[in-house]
Amino acid sequence: MDSIILQILNGLDKGSAYALIALGLTLIFGTLGVVNFAHGALFMIGAFCAVTLNRILTLSHQVIDNTRTDFLGNPLKVDIPYIYDFFGENIGRAIIDWSVPLSILFAIPIMIAIGVIMERGLIRHFYHRPHADQILVTFGLAIVLQEVIKFYYGANPIPSPAPEAFKGSFDFGALVGFDPNTIIYPYWRLVYFCFSLIVIGAIFAFLQFTTFGMVVRAGMADRETVGLLGIDIDRRFTIMFGIAAAVTGLAGVMYVPINPPNYHMGMDFLVLSFVVVVVGGMGSLSGAVLAGFMLGILESFASMREVIDLLPGINQIIIYLVAIIILLTRPRGLMGRRGVMED
Amino acid sequence: MELLEIKDLGKRFGGLQALSEINLSVMKNTVHAIIGPNGAGKSTLLNCIVGKLMPSSGSVMFDGYSLLGRSAHEINQLGISRVFQTPEVFGDLNVLENMLIPCLAKRDGAFRLHALKSIDDEKQLREKAEDVLEDMGLIDKRHMKAASMSRGDKRRLEIAMCLAQDPKLLLLDEPTAGMARADTNNTIDLLKRIKQERDITIAIIEHDMHVVFSLADHITVLAQGTPLVSDTPDNIKGHPKVKEAYLGETQQV
Amino acid sequence: MFKLNKKDLRTLIIVILLALFAPFLLNPFPTDSALAQFNAGYPDLMQRFVIFGIFAVGFNILFGLTGYLSFGHAAFLGAGSYAAIWMMKLLTMNIIPAIIISVIVAGIFSLFVGWISLRRSGIYFSILTLAFSMMSYQLAYSVLTPITGGETGLQPKVNDPRLLDGALAEGAIPKANLFGLDMSQSYDMSLGAWSFTFNSGYYIAAAFLILSFYLSIRIFRSPFGMMLRAVKSNQQRMTYTGLDPKPYTLAAFVISGMYAGLAGGLLVAMDTQAGAERMFWTASGEVVLMTILGGVGTLIGPVLGSGAIKYMENIISKINSDILHTWFAFLPDGLENVIVAIIYPFIGKGWHLTLGLLFMIVVIALPGGLVEGAQRLSRLFKKGKNKSNENE
Repeated sequence: MDSIILQILNGLDKGSAYALIALGLTLIFGTLGVVNFAHGALFMIGAFCAVTLNRILTLSHQVIDNTRTDFLGNPLKVDIPYIYDFFGENIGRAIIDWSVPLSILFAIPIMIAIGVIMERGLIRHFYHRPHADQILVTFGLAIVLQEVIKFYYGANPIPSPAPEAFKGSFDFGALVGFDPNTIIYPYWRLVYFCFSLIVIGAIFAFLQFTTFGMVVRAGMADRETVGLLGIDIDRRFTIMFGIAAAVTGLAGVMYVPINPPNYHMGMDFLVLSFVVVVVGGMGSLSGAVLAGFMLGILESFASMREVIDLLPGINQIIIYLVAIIILLTRPRGLMGRRGVMED
Repeated sequence: MELLEIKDLGKRFGGLQALSEINLSVMKNTVHAIIGPNGAGKSTLLNCIVGKLMPSSGSVMFDGYSLLGRSAHEINQLGISRVFQTPEVFGDLNVLENMLIPCLAKRDGAFRLHALKSIDDEKQLREKAEDVLEDMGLIDKRHMKAASMSRGDKRRLEIAMCLAQDPKLLLLDEPTAGMARADTNNTIDLLKRIKQERDITIAIIEHDMHVVFSLADHITVLAQGTPLVSDTPDNIKGHPKVKEAYLGETQQV
Repeated sequence: MFKLNKKDLRTLIIVILLALFAPFLLNPFPTDSALAQFNAGYPDLMQRFVIFGIFAVGFNILFGLTGYLSFGHAAFLGAGSYAAIWMMKLLTMNIIPAIIISVIVAGIFSLFVGWISLRRSGIYFSILTLAFSMMSYQLAYSVLTPITGGETGLQPKVNDPRLLDGALAEGAIPKANLFGLDMSQSYDMSLGAWSFTFNSGYYIAAAFLILSFYLSIRIFRSPFGMMLRAVKSNQQRMTYTGLDPKPYTLAAFVISGMYAGLAGGLLVAMDTQAGAERMFWTASGEVVLMTILGGVGTLIGPVLGSGAIKYMENIISKINSDILHTWFAFLPDGLENVIVAIIYPFIGKGWHLTLGLLFMIVVIALPGGLVEGAQRLSRLFKKGKNKSNENE
């Protein structure tokens, strides 16, 4: 029992990432009908927003500290971040410590801007081209974005820690009445899970309760009719692309403490997120979220020792296997409509 | 003699009974028209014959074979060729290639791996294709890409592709839909000529009464998924039930 | 001749000439000149030109003719490589059995993957093939380690059984050969300041390319090829014309899978090792790229595309900032530094950036690839000529 709960918990953080990325991807699929292979790059750029903010906050100047000496006996040079000068050392230290959550504020405008530029500058011209062309041009874009990041940040993963308050783990099992030390769970993973629920909730509420969301949902169902009503659906779709980019970017920002970002993380998640969308059902938002969590948890179950002993290698391929089975038996996915994207 | 015989055919979509108790015989070497108001089930019936839909009940016999459970390409191989409402041709291929494909299908069946034979060596098929193109007045356009032809020419090409297979039954789904009057008349003349010159049976679904009464030897009127009457054009014209259900009192025939 | 029409025969002859004279064509610069780094006429690279050419020519039979975009063909190349290595471990270092088995294994594997994936079309087909290739990759890395060598990959070892070959002396390196002709054997020819290398492995691979290319022309011009174009154009019409599109598409899938297997086998024949990274999905992406860059659905396009990409991969990636500085040394210092700084991200390790940009430009502006570009140029040229004639 406790091991099952542990696996579910372990699956949640990866599932949260899958769900958020797939949600963003589905917003683009559903609203624009574009197959975006540069979507993984958005996730990666989000993560590097966090890295960038951390670097900005820790920009330093050197001060000679006469009270201390280095091993040669000279006065020690100390790097003092500018932010200490502005806010004093205590607040400055706290700000740097919280740089990852703060990056959310930093990343939202950047991601929206990137999304809008991408849609206006490139994707827009591919609405009426075949899916193969869309795949190819966005694949090219993904390579370009990834290489630009690699050029500026190097090829190695860059760790950025979670705030001190969320470091370490807690004993989840003891909280709910199991033996102590059976279910240990890191704080930050719980934070990530809650964060993803908030973002998902916000997107759904936005689409459900605002007139903007209503128009977009109507546009997803029948673009032409909405266009005939005199509503400028194109402009709204541009904004949707920006929002989708922001959702995906935020998934990347908060993932930084779990997995130090590197330039190819986007490509690593890209294939998986497409698989998630297909399993959930092309164009279904709730399907994408459901499939994201489901596959994350399934993956963590497949990594259990008992399962691996029984079916060696299953943890490596479980997601693809599920995708193949779903595509063959239920091509519209768990919750998709019939015929979406089926040429 | 019956070429196509449909008995007690029914088709349900979930709770909707789209077709029920369809009994219909198409006699050899006749033109049989199926008419009816929108939603009468004409297209559903056609799709049940050509293998796109599986009927829920009843039987469809063609030339001694049951069509039930056969896939669309098998049904074509038995001798039923279909013309679509909007012309369906191979847009990326040129006219001659469009013609060679049905010729190959007729000769080689549903699949044959002729990967190392040259298409230029198929002299006989080429002659056959060019004969039909000549007959249809398309011979000058044989090197034109099909996608760049006018709608009327595409329709001609589509009919030519069907004729190249020497089908026993030619199914036409509203062949003049969306056509100008002149094009419609041309199509009528063409179909009349085909009927006279070839050993062929034609079943036609049509909205345009002008087309129906110029061509048909026999007319079946469908209403709400079931045949209302089935008779010769002259008898249909005066039939009170038909007037009421479909033509309306004011409709000129 | 060869049952080809004039135009196709001309294309074939161009490819034959390109392949035969590649050692000259790719080494146009004197060995000691500053431009010598643009020479690509060394055996290793020339072999890859033709091997990936074969891969792309085969891929084009599927993607170019039927329009089905597979994102998993690297898996077949990888499977072919593993099969070839095993043949070298168990039977003989002669490349012929290795290549035969690699084609067969890739064919069977692609029959299986294609049979399942072709139940769906469009983007779903692409994702299915992607999922299969990623599964193959993951399995080759983990569970299948006894067969694939896992992370270290496979190489023929001295004490492998090799039933047909005699035992090798301890410490000897097993070398791939064709009835005794060593694949790495080369003949260097010096002509003045130039030098050219003729490598036996290259010429064997080139012979396979010519054969593959000839077969692909025949397939393009066959009734089967026409059916494949019909699949791309209108499957509905095809079905109602009495044809079953699925076996045609599957046959194209398997044929292109066998081409991939041949390429995989040849890679092993030239360089006797195989690893799982060959199956990674970006490797599948690369062959798509080659086909698109050259010109989808054209005969010679994939050959040009694979050549262009492999050339860039090897040559652009070797340029470094020192070389750039020597090129622009004639400029004033400030300007020189600026220009070098601008170009620097696109070269050396950054060659992928160039590749990505080139790829986008081709898809956006030149959907027909290099072949279409060449056609446009020649049309422009002809137009100009005609105009000048009129003026006279």
